[in-house]
Amino acid sequence: MNISLSITKSIHDWLYNIMPEGAASIVEMVLIGLVYLAIFAIAGLFLVLLERRVAAWFQLRIGPNRVGFQGLLQTMADALKLLSKELTGTVKADKFLYNLAPYFVIISSLMALAVIPFTKEFHAFDINIGIFFLIAVSSIGVIGILLGGWASNNKFALIGAMRSGVQTISYELSIGLSLLTMILITGSLQLSEIVEVQKSGWLIVQGHVPAIIAFMIYMIAGTAETNRAPFDMVEAESELGAGFHTEYSGMKFAYFFLAEFINMFLIAAIATTIFFGGWLSPFGITESIPWLGVLWFLGKTLTLVFLMMWFRWTFPRLRVDQLLTLEWKYLLPINLVNIVIMAIIVWLNLTIQI
Amino acid sequence: MIMSYFSEIYNGIKTLLTGMSVTGKYFLTSRKGAITQQYPDNRATLKMFDRFRGEVIMPHDENNEHACTGCQKCEIACPNGTIEIIWDRGIDEVTGKKKKKIDKFVYHLSLCTMCGLCIDVCPTDAIKWGQNFENSVYDRTQLTRVLNKPESKVRAGIED
Repeated sequence: MNISLSITKSIHDWLYNIMPEGAASIVEMVLIGLVYLAIFAIAGLFLVLLERRVAAWFQLRIGPNRVGFQGLLQTMADALKLLSKELTGTVKADKFLYNLAPYFVIISSLMALAVIPFTKEFHAFDINIGIFFLIAVSSIGVIGILLGGWASNNKFALIGAMRSGVQTISYELSIGLSLLTMILITGSLQLSEIVEVQKSGWLIVQGHVPAIIAFMIYMIAGTAETNRAPFDMVEAESELGAGFHTEYSGMKFAYFFLAEFINMFLIAAIATTIFFGGWLSPFGITESIPWLGVLWFLGKTLTLVFLMMWFRWTFPRLRVDQLLTLEWKYLLPINLVNIVIMAIIVWLNLTIQI
Repeated sequence: MIMSYFSEIYNGIKTLLTGMSVTGKYFLTSRKGAITQQYPDNRATLKMFDRFRGEVIMPHDENNEHACTGCQKCEIACPNGTIEIIWDRGIDEVTGKKKKKIDKFVYHLSLCTMCGLCIDVCPTDAIKWGQNFENSVYDRTQLTRVLNKPESKVRAGIED
């Protein structure tokens, strides 16, 4: 990362030379925002492609392989098609909220990406309440879904949105508590510091049994958070058409679709940072080459993304009451006990340090 | 009570892992053979499958003769009126008697569901499955086809 670090540094110096300090910092923010937007719009498209290929392989199909080499440009073509499509809407829709909803969803998932440390230097916004910020921002997305469902003036969309509300509010709790369990070891909410702590063993190793339980709870709740199968009651095709985005078309639909995949990446990225050492290599084997951290981070994240896809193409969809039973009767009590166990382990210094 | 709570969790995780191992095996073996077919690019060497149902065709031999006697069994068997036989009476050359013969065997591909009942029911095997897989056209009228060629007639002795 030394090379690119010097690039960002020289751009920084050049900007501060040609304009006053305030304007320069605003320009820098805009530039970073644009870079992130470009990277993750494309990353989201490739996640969609990955999902389609993986789904095909799970079902013994071939998947998209026509556009570009092995179908690499398929989702690009889809995005272009969606861009050129007409934006339709229902007659009695609440126009303002209807148009606002997709932006809530996509902006909240892009905002959360800012605090993810891809490697030591590639980290846009390193605040000391990183985890808190993530949990807070990632739950804004549900407002967009509720607004979209409500403003569409469509029964199915409304039912889907309400289900999403139930689901997200319930599973927020599990996500928060399972992350809190790990915070007990690190003693900090800052993501860069959490990664630093893991230089003496990834947290899933340091925290052993309760950490593994917390990880399992996190993955279940994370899958529910992103509204993916087996928790996809929000857009259960056989029951609700397409759920809350039934009435959306063209680019507005694409925003919802893209946000789902960026959210999936986000959940996996948080799990990587908290449980699997973020950009740290196992046993520090590539510590001398810092820029390899990005590859380690992406490798771990994509493995977890694959795990979520594996869930999706294996498990049948839950009923709403089963969903709530799972959260309130199983995950939450286990989580509360788990957090106490973790506290005792940290108190008695029973963590495993390598 | 407590024990059943934990054994439920244990059983739940166990069954989930069983399911994941099944799909995982499928994922790993998917490269060896997908059960779907790719769109055929190899037109020159393409060999379609024996049971492939593309469209209904009526084979004619080198004398421009087909085997359709105009019995209309296919027309009756067809569940959605795909086949329409316009028939006529002609003089049989051998016996000199009046005899039913087809004028036009009209086949509406746009209505056909490829159920195959007409081909099963045909007593003289006059119609068969074609191997054409590209049935998209720009104009709907092209989907209405007359299967017997012009000037064709029924093969002699097919009714015996």
